[in-house]
Amino acid sequence: MRAQFVFSEVWIGLRRNLTMTIALIVVVAISLSLLGTGLLFVKQVDNTRSFWQSRVQISVYLCTNNDLGSNCAKNGAVTDAEIASIKNDLLATHDVAAGGLHFESQAEAWKQFQQEEAGQPILKYTQPDQIPSSFEVRLKNTEQDAAVVSQTVEGAPGVSQVVDNSSILNNFYKLLDGARNAVVIIAAFLLVAAILLVANTIRLSAFNRRRETSIMRLVGASNFYVQLPFLVEGMIAGLFGWLVATGLLILVKSIWLNGLHQYFPYGIQLSTADLIEVIIVAMITGLLICGSTSFLTLRRYLRV
Amino acid sequence: MIHFDNVTKTYANQGRPALENVNLDVEKGEFVFLVGPSGSGKSTFLRLVLKEERPTTGRIHVAGKDLARLTNWKVPHLRRRIGCVFQDFRLLPNKNVYQNIAFALEVIGKPRRFIRKVVPEVIDLVGLEGKRDRMPDELSGGEQQRVAMARAFVNRPMILLADEPTGNIDPATSIGIMKVLDRINRTGTTVVMATHDAAIVDSMRKRVIELEYGKVVRDQSRGVYGQAY
Repeated sequence: MRAQFVFSEVWIGLRRNLTMTIALIVVVAISLSLLGTGLLFVKQVDNTRSFWQSRVQISVYLCTNNDLGSNCAKNGAVTDAEIASIKNDLLATHDVAAGGLHFESQAEAWKQFQQEEAGQPILKYTQPDQIPSSFEVRLKNTEQDAAVVSQTVEGAPGVSQVVDNSSILNNFYKLLDGARNAVVIIAAFLLVAAILLVANTIRLSAFNRRRETSIMRLVGASNFYVQLPFLVEGMIAGLFGWLVATGLLILVKSIWLNGLHQYFPYGIQLSTADLIEVIIVAMITGLLICGSTSFLTLRRYLRV
Repeated sequence: MIHFDNVTKTYANQGRPALENVNLDVEKGEFVFLVGPSGSGKSTFLRLVLKEERPTTGRIHVAGKDLARLTNWKVPHLRRRIGCVFQDFRLLPNKNVYQNIAFALEVIGKPRRFIRKVVPEVIDLVGLEGKRDRMPDELSGGEQQRVAMARAFVNRPMILLADEPTGNIDPATSIGIMKVLDRINRTGTTVVMATHDAAIVDSMRKRVIELEYGKVVRDQSRGVYGQAY
């Protein structure tokens, strides 16, 4: 195998249909970066899910003196007996994670409130006894258990409001899932376009070099030797497309996804390892698509 | 070297066979003219030897190999033992004389040191000394055909097939081409030349096989072109 010969043939081939090669690189780059963006989305959603999974999922707010909610208005502030009963009810569901039940007293809640709203005017108009005490509940298995647990304590004496955080997050998830699906569908279409372009480029290249290939066959070059330059040509275009896609993906992650975290200041950022994994998947996809398409096209056009 | 055993070749969508019940033997080192009008089956014969086509019926042996049993991936190895020259030269226009000849060795993976040694030798053999850097369009027809012969011969094939090699060349230049073919033949290479050129066949006095409508109508040693008429 004479590598130098193969690469000079590849270089000639790529240069001869430069426009097709550029079109191919662009389409491969865009489809791979969209595919990669879709994969980053998937990872983002997973990360966000598992982040919330390990945190408070249901908050049970208890009545205060001035709570006007229907359940609180007649009975007034929650009593110690009611607190104990609610706690028992929650534990009796067996859905609460081990150590996942925390009672936050009014004093603690007030401290928290002061911290969160430091410097805000609302602090002046709020009294400590207006901030409700609550049970912060972490569940064993959110999706299924959340409804059961909320129903258990909903409307019980002393309970003002049950907030299921996961139901709030579900909307957020839906948004992310929708965006991800859109990106993946577009990527799929573009990958089909990329396949057709690879096939067309290789066909043009085979046509441009039909003199060479006919002589190669005549003097007894092996099929592998005849096809290798075309195969390498397709793979190199794929490789360049992948390089561009890698740049775009790094941009997507560093500018856009990281920008998203300004609004969600939680530890759910994608790691560099996630990015590298997605980039590797994109490379394998790109090389596989370009290589196998070239190979299959050649089988049609370079028969012995 | 070439053995045809009752070979018939019918192309799809054609009533009359291109070759019909052809039996013939070409021995090692022979020089054979294949003559006959257009459409008599000369080209089909050459294509069958190269396994570019498969016979409809009958058996073909080339260089000791039964072509029917030769798997597709071994066909290239068969072709390395057969050189080919055509009426239209089939040179690569963007490569010079040396590169055109070297190409045939590069694509079968020969080492560069070997190529550097044998290409100049074969350039001398076909009489193109001092023209190794010329491009094909700077050469006369006869010179281009010499390059093509050098390319066909550079890998020292056992058989050289020539399909009307003098068809595009004037008679005076053709004599030079025939001298090169004769020189190649003297190295022990079997030469099969399909031609229309009566003057050349008559002057060489080699074995002549005449085809007509796909059948062998004459096979004589030291023959001439038009004896059957």
